[in-house]
Amino acid sequence: MTSPTPGSVALENSIAVKPTLLSIRKVAKTFGPNVVLRDISLEIAEGEFLTILGESGSGKTTLLRIVAGFENATSGELWMGAERLDDRPPYRRPINTVFQSYALFPHLSVEQNVGYGLRVARRPESEIAQRVAEALEKVRMTAHAQKKPSKISGGQQQRVALARALVNRPRLLLLDEPLSALDANLRRQMQVELKSLQREVGIAFVFVTHDQEEAMVMSDRIALLRSGELEQVATPRDIYSRPATAYVAQFIGHTNLLRADVRDGTVRCGNLSWAASQPNGPALFSVRPEQIRLGFSSAAGTVRARGRVLHSAFHGATELIRVKCGDGLVITLRTAGSTVIGNEVEIEFSASDAVPVRESPERG
Amino acid sequence: MEFFVNRENQNARSRWLFAHALIVFAFLYLPIVVLILYSFNGQGVGGFPPRGLTLDWYRTLFDDGPIWDSVLNSLKVALAAMLISLALGIPAALALDRAQFPGKALFRRLVLLPLILPGIITGLSLLMLFNLMGKHLDLTTIILGHGTALISVATTEVFAGLQKLDRAQEEASLDLGANYWQTFWRVTVPNLKLPIIGAALLIFTLSMDEIAVSFLLIGRDNTLPLEIWGRLRRGITPEINAISTIIFLVSLAAIIFWYRLRLRSEASVDVGMELMETSVGA
Amino acid sequence: MFSRAYKTVVTVPPLLWVAVFLLVPYFLMFCYSFWSVSPSQTIVHTWNFDNYKELIEKPVYLQTLLRSMWIAGRVMVFSLLLGYPLAFFCSFYSGRRKDLLYQLVIIPLWVSYLVRAYAWKTILGSDGVLNTLLQYVHLTSRPLDFLLYSPFAVVLTLTHIYTPFTFLPIYAALEHIPRNLVEASHDLGASPVQTFWRVIFPLSIPGVLAGATFAFVLSLGDFLAPLLLGGPSGIMISNIVVSLFGAAYNWPLGAAIALAMLLIVVSLLFLSEKLEKKWSFS
Repeated sequence: MTSPTPGSVALENSIAVKPTLLSIRKVAKTFGPNVVLRDISLEIAEGEFLTILGESGSGKTTLLRIVAGFENATSGELWMGAERLDDRPPYRRPINTVFQSYALFPHLSVEQNVGYGLRVARRPESEIAQRVAEALEKVRMTAHAQKKPSKISGGQQQRVALARALVNRPRLLLLDEPLSALDANLRRQMQVELKSLQREVGIAFVFVTHDQEEAMVMSDRIALLRSGELEQVATPRDIYSRPATAYVAQFIGHTNLLRADVRDGTVRCGNLSWAASQPNGPALFSVRPEQIRLGFSSAAGTVRARGRVLHSAFHGATELIRVKCGDGLVITLRTAGSTVIGNEVEIEFSASDAVPVRESPERG
Repeated sequence: MEFFVNRENQNARSRWLFAHALIVFAFLYLPIVVLILYSFNGQGVGGFPPRGLTLDWYRTLFDDGPIWDSVLNSLKVALAAMLISLALGIPAALALDRAQFPGKALFRRLVLLPLILPGIITGLSLLMLFNLMGKHLDLTTIILGHGTALISVATTEVFAGLQKLDRAQEEASLDLGANYWQTFWRVTVPNLKLPIIGAALLIFTLSMDEIAVSFLLIGRDNTLPLEIWGRLRRGITPEINAISTIIFLVSLAAIIFWYRLRLRSEASVDVGMELMETSVGA
Repeated sequence: MFSRAYKTVVTVPPLLWVAVFLLVPYFLMFCYSFWSVSPSQTIVHTWNFDNYKELIEKPVYLQTLLRSMWIAGRVMVFSLLLGYPLAFFCSFYSGRRKDLLYQLVIIPLWVSYLVRAYAWKTILGSDGVLNTLLQYVHLTSRPLDFLLYSPFAVVLTLTHIYTPFTFLPIYAALEHIPRNLVEASHDLGASPVQTFWRVIFPLSIPGVLAGATFAFVLSLGDFLAPLLLGGPSGIMISNIVVSLFGAAYNWPLGAAIALAMLLIVVSLLFLSEKLEKKWSFS
């Protein structure tokens, strides 16, 4: 196991200290015969940026909708402080949502859209004007205040949707894949903007996405959902360097999953072997491509192998190459510089970088 | 109520709306139910409660020659009107969808006008035309009247269907060597099957029931509605209930047939709704 | 993509037909309205404004027109009051049976107008079902005679006929409203009632306008219901026109009235279209 870095410990500690805002307790949801969510328990801390990550069909949107109030959980409870939320309709929860399709009201101007929640709550017009102006300023849409949604671009609509939700000062903001409709560059830009916006307003954000890179960039914590169950909840660093299961290891970034057998403190995988303190029996290990190096060094505790380069993919700063080893094992590693296909190479990695992971059970 | 509304959605509001819906359905259907009931009533058209269940009125109907003559006339007219409306309405839809020509906007409105204008105005203006042409009033004039008035039904239906059509299919056909005529029959029409059938059914039904235009253009031969109308002036008899019941059952059969046909196809082209939507958009 | 020849073939036949059977007749109607009829029952082709003068000077025409508009107005309001909540229920509350409910509303449209008007006649008459029922349960001791042969009967029957007509475009408009707008409104703190008035209703206005226009215009020009059920106090403008083309032989005067109706209808459609454009946001 890799030792926790000072940074990650500090972060974990700081998160552990933050009070809980929303408590999701044993929430389950079935639609007829389909079980979409099973027994989800999760605590969302004040002011944190939590991403619910998962493939399509994992249940992440359903979970979000249950928190927002658009679906009722089949069982389980939602608590905010001492108040129970799950028996309240959406308009009585201090939670606001940014929809995937933005859901701006077409018959209202940008200004009227943003001020909608305040007008419904019958705030005085002077207060509304001021708060709306502030919110528009924050998302840089002041110049477009009088336009109708059909007259502004997708990226601009997304910012209006954000302002419309935030102006109400909710205790929690839910974002349902808000960046999925944007092109790659705009998306990266918005990721940075959203993150700094969240820091600025200090409200807890729960962000739903299927893009693991996005989750890693923006989140304080990631909750990985698979087939309706939480596979792992951890900081991006921890979920990357200490994946709990094979699924997590494969979902986040690239990895090599090594099926090995442990006997009396020695792990054997094909021609590779190293020492580890696992119980006897079959085991699964995850080694990240960037932890594997070309060439042999003389360091202790390294695992070495020889093989032939099968394939290489150019990724700009690095290259991802696949090497076929003598016993048929195919290893993926990341190198700088270029490699020629068909070359014989030597590869090695530190035994301590091989992280043991659980098998992920099949789920219906 | 559970039959219609999910348990999740039920509350005081939905109960009121459901009650309202029931009242409206009662209002819409009760007259028809009463009509059918009293076609079996021994004592005639009115009077509560109905007594003396009998099939006499249906027997009288069966022997009633003029009624069946008028049914035949109506069928002839409806069929002919349907052919005319389709033969002109389909090209009109294609023209509106694909061609630009001077007066296009005027053409579109003109075609749709008979739908919303009182039928008698269409009828009397055609009467003046036939008078000018020296044409006698007979079934042909009625056919021309119905055909003209109902072109717009075919046009709106087919136009809506064309909007849903993937242009690329026709382009592919041309690319593969078919000419316009072949493409029309091999690609365009099959894709428009549903709108065309829907339009045909609707035109047929509207023509069978048409009174306003027919009233002014009728010659010696009556259509069914006008024959019934003539009887009504002489006094109500339950025989009319009987023929009305039969008309209702036939309409029901038509709509069920239409419903089944729609269900079997993927596109949910709906006749009435599209008619409203597109004719309003005009 | 489409050749000149193709476009010509689809455009010319309908254009020609419409020109001959719609444009020319309307034009004839226009001409006739400026002519007059001689005492010996022949048309005199001298151009004058006499018919229009008569329309304005003789009070009966203006009165009838106003009464027709009053009846049409009531039909419009009642059918909207019946149709809107029904459309709302079907669109937002009906879950799995939505299609079935929709079909149930449409079925009466396919049943003959004459049949339905006749049904009301048998129900509302002094020996009719309603009166005898009321007397049977001792709610009344004599037949209520305002039920039939009155504007009441006409308004009732026309509301029955045209409620599905208002339902259709309103339902279409409501179906077009993305459901996530309703969720967004709830999310922002608006209760269902607030959501209805702030989001749903404004977005359904084009449908309401379309339905209202249909109900009003079609009722205004109706001639069958008043003839069957209106009695002398329920005569509408179309009845006058029809009689001028029948027994009270005066085609020019009839044409003048018809032209006036045409102008009213066209202006209403124009107004409605303008309003709809103002209120459509997608």
